Amino acid sequence: MYARWVLTVLLAWPLVAGLVVLLVPARLAKHVALIASLIEFAISVPLWWTFVPSGGMQFTVDYPWIAAWGIHFSVGVDGISLFLVLLTTFLMPLSVLGSWSYITKREGGFYALLLVLTTGMIGVFVALDLFLFYVMWEVMLIPMYFIIGVWGGDNRLYAAIKFFIYTFFGSLLMLVAILVLYLHAGTATGTYSFAYAHVLSQAQTLGGAAWWLFAAFFLAFAIKVPLFPLHTWLPDAHVEAPTAGSVILAGILLKMGTYGFLRFALPLFPTVALSQPVQLVIVILSLIGIIYGGLVAMVQPDFKKLIAYSSVAHLGFVMLGIWALTLQSVQGALLVMINHGISTGALFFLVGMIYERRHSRLIESYGGIARVVPLFAAILTIVSLSSIALPGTNGFVGEFLVLVGSFRTYPIATALATTGVIVAAAYLLTALQRVIYNPLTHPENEKLTDLTPREILVLVPLLVGILWIGIYPKPILQRMEPAARALIEQLKPGTTQTQPTIGDGQP
Amino acid sequence: MNLDPSVPRDLLLSLLPELVLTAWVLVVLLFVAWRHQTARDLRITGWLTLAALVSTAIAIWWLWWNRAGVRGVVSMIAADDFRWVADWVFVGAAALTVLISIAYLEREQLLAPEYYVLLLFGTIGMMLMAAGADLMVIFLGLELMSVAVYVLAGFDRRRARSAEAALKYFLLGAFASGFLLYGIALVYGATGTTNLGMISVQLSVIRQQSAMLLAGLAMLVVGFGFKIAAVPFHMWAPDVYDGAPTPVTAFMATGVKAAAFAALFRVMYQAFAGVPVWHDIMWWLAVITMIGGNLFALGQRSLKRMLAYSSVAHAGYLLVALTAGSAQGTSAFLVYVVAYTLMSLGAFAVLIAKGRGGESDVTIDDLSGLANRRPWLAFALAVCMLSLLGFPGTAGFIGKWYILIAATSAGQNTLAAIMVLTSVVSAGYYLPVIMAMYMKPEPIEAAHVDVRLDRWANAAVAAVVVGLLLFGVWPNRLFDLAKTASDSVHAVGATEQSPSGH
Repeated sequence: MYARWVLTVLLAWPLVAGLVVLLVPARLAKHVALIASLIEFAISVPLWWTFVPSGGMQFTVDYPWIAAWGIHFSVGVDGISLFLVLLTTFLMPLSVLGSWSYITKREGGFYALLLVLTTGMIGVFVALDLFLFYVMWEVMLIPMYFIIGVWGGDNRLYAAIKFFIYTFFGSLLMLVAILVLYLHAGTATGTYSFAYAHVLSQAQTLGGAAWWLFAAFFLAFAIKVPLFPLHTWLPDAHVEAPTAGSVILAGILLKMGTYGFLRFALPLFPTVALSQPVQLVIVILSLIGIIYGGLVAMVQPDFKKLIAYSSVAHLGFVMLGIWALTLQSVQGALLVMINHGISTGALFFLVGMIYERRHSRLIESYGGIARVVPLFAAILTIVSLSSIALPGTNGFVGEFLVLVGSFRTYPIATALATTGVIVAAAYLLTALQRVIYNPLTHPENEKLTDLTPREILVLVPLLVGILWIGIYPKPILQRMEPAARALIEQLKPGTTQTQPTIGDGQP
Repeated sequence: MNLDPSVPRDLLLSLLPELVLTAWVLVVLLFVAWRHQTARDLRITGWLTLAALVSTAIAIWWLWWNRAGVRGVVSMIAADDFRWVADWVFVGAAALTVLISIAYLEREQLLAPEYYVLLLFGTIGMMLMAAGADLMVIFLGLELMSVAVYVLAGFDRRRARSAEAALKYFLLGAFASGFLLYGIALVYGATGTTNLGMISVQLSVIRQQSAMLLAGLAMLVVGFGFKIAAVPFHMWAPDVYDGAPTPVTAFMATGVKAAAFAALFRVMYQAFAGVPVWHDIMWWLAVITMIGGNLFALGQRSLKRMLAYSSVAHAGYLLVALTAGSAQGTSAFLVYVVAYTLMSLGAFAVLIAKGRGGESDVTIDDLSGLANRRPWLAFALAVCMLSLLGFPGTAGFIGKWYILIAATSAGQNTLAAIMVLTSVVSAGYYLPVIMAMYMKPEPIEAAHVDVRLDRWANAAVAAVVVGLLLFGVWPNRLFDLAKTASDSVHAVGATEQSPSGH
């Protein structure tokens, strides 16, 4: 029973709740939104147990939507998308709670948009129809555009329109590519349908057109990831967005790009994606992202911008892991996607919390605040260490798997990527030192108050996630493994047998 | 029901909507001659006009329901689903225009009820254009429509801009009509007929294409290109749209454009299907219209001029549907034109609310903070802008997507790519409107105090918003309608590989 309705409800519930939030009085908006997002999370939690790792696509639902074009409302979840869905529903209540005192104007609109955004993001991860995927991909753009543009910082208008136009530009070319795929499958089989499986079954006969189509998909996803040099929207958007916006941007929206590569760009165009030049380009761009992102983060005076650039570096690891296409590297990449959502989300929350007190994001405005706000300092330290990938935290497991797995495919690139881990330590530890240690030079900081219970409530689930994945990632890896293996088998048949399995018995 | 135009009764039946509307125009005209003093007379005229449009729509519905058609005979009047659907668009556009005009005319002190008479005459002209199976009928319809609209453009006779708009439109329009007429004459010289079906038959007999025919075709394209405001024949559009009273602008941007396109589709498919050269002409016309319209619009600060250029850009998208050259292209055109009529009228209606007291130069920045004061109007305008941009969830997206499908399945991948790239450019001028309304503070506290619409204009805006969102999510019925309509224009038996229908 649960399997029949869960995804539909997960998509519909936030929309309904969003409408309710708009209708209730503004002072109740955040309460309603919190309850709604908690219900959403509660609905999604049983996915974790009912999911069958070896079961392929599950919880599928399929209704005809626009029959004339063969468009279906078709959704499902597999080992790749399961965790992204759960990450989304997990971060949403925290984002609502984290915005509690940050958002003071037009609260109803803000929380309604947040809920609509939830539908869009989950829709992207579960869509099994290319039209539905495209619609969801675009639908999440508008709420984010408003969240940045209405509730953002001083330079919010520029950031909002830059974010919108970059994404819109990439996605419209993808739209044409989707159409060409649809028509190709249609003329080949006589059945015109946007169903993912249908389009996929005809994708290998594309011939030379595959290059163009891959380029269109690549552009859309690479902007979203973002890959160097398409990353310039990201620092602006992340910095200007309100806390919840930054958390969702970093935590979930960026993953839509890497998810797109895993779900669409690689399986649909394997010959192109795994051809020498494309591999070379992507690996080099990922490496540039890792190292350049880290180096740029190092010189940022603005803490939020520093975190934004660190995202570029983290996502570089994900791309490297995906393209290396070994069992370990792909699972590692998936894990880094989750970890980045948790750790970077937590970092953005923390920066937002201190910003609410001091109204400055500049690193130099702080210093020595560990004595004033010890709890804040402790949590910031733990989260930073997880972002650096210290053993025992989630960051380590993910990046280690990526590096180990990628070494089989790209030894030199992996060796270079390892330096990115060192760079990460350099910029985050320096920043950490300048913010919470060092002498307390600014008298304004002496009156800072420590975290409130509400803020602790936001951070504790994230800390639990950090430590749990850091110490015992097996349940997650187990659920991912069959899907990752199936993907690799599909792209490079016969290579997974010889590879060590992780998650089942072995460490 | 099959109609034979040589039988008087059938001929009358095939012209039923036009006759109903003409009868009503006479009623309204009589009423206006009798009562034309007060604002109340003006309002009553408005109601009569609405009644006229509703009864016309019912007449169209009756013919559509009975599947009225002229089949198998040469006739000057076409009766097919394409005509009925196009007629509905014109009548709908006219009705929405009436709704947004009622309060506008009183506010701007344009107390002349002849306004509505002209509006109805223009609508009859449009209906004749969609009905014409003969170049002469199309020309008559075009002139009837144009003359009415020339006058409407200059209706605010106290304002120099309005008079300028009327004169400019009239001079250039007359020039374009000359081109069209000369084109008809040349086509007649080449084929010996002005009937669309007979031209096609003649062309298949003659086989080789004479210079006279091609010259005639080129002139037809110029004439129509002027009416649809395609680049490079768009020069009049910004000034005329800007100067005309805003409800008239809305009517021109939607009804007039739709009518010219409907006639263009019919002429190209029923008469010149055998002359493939027009595909190349249209290809280039579409490309420069899309690029030109979008780039010019990007530089506009005035909302009205921006919408004027955006309507040029949308003519480019519709030309893509024409270039696709398939039944699919035609139904894509119909779907898009429905969406475009709604979103464009909605945008102009909100502009009317903002631009009062003769202040027609509403810049985009003047909308700053509108969402704080008038959340409903801001939301409506935002939906219209997103739909014009072609954003999923709105009818504009469905229409654009349909055109893209038609273009790509006709092998026009380059055209499709240009279309989406120019759509990205259009984000550069549609989004600032939303940005101003929602993300900028109002310049002074009282900036939007007098921004309001009366109940009828509000009803029109609500209808637009509901329509845009409904067709954006559930376009199935609209597709069915458009598909049968386009099949009725395209020669029966010409089966083609098309996704829809499977």
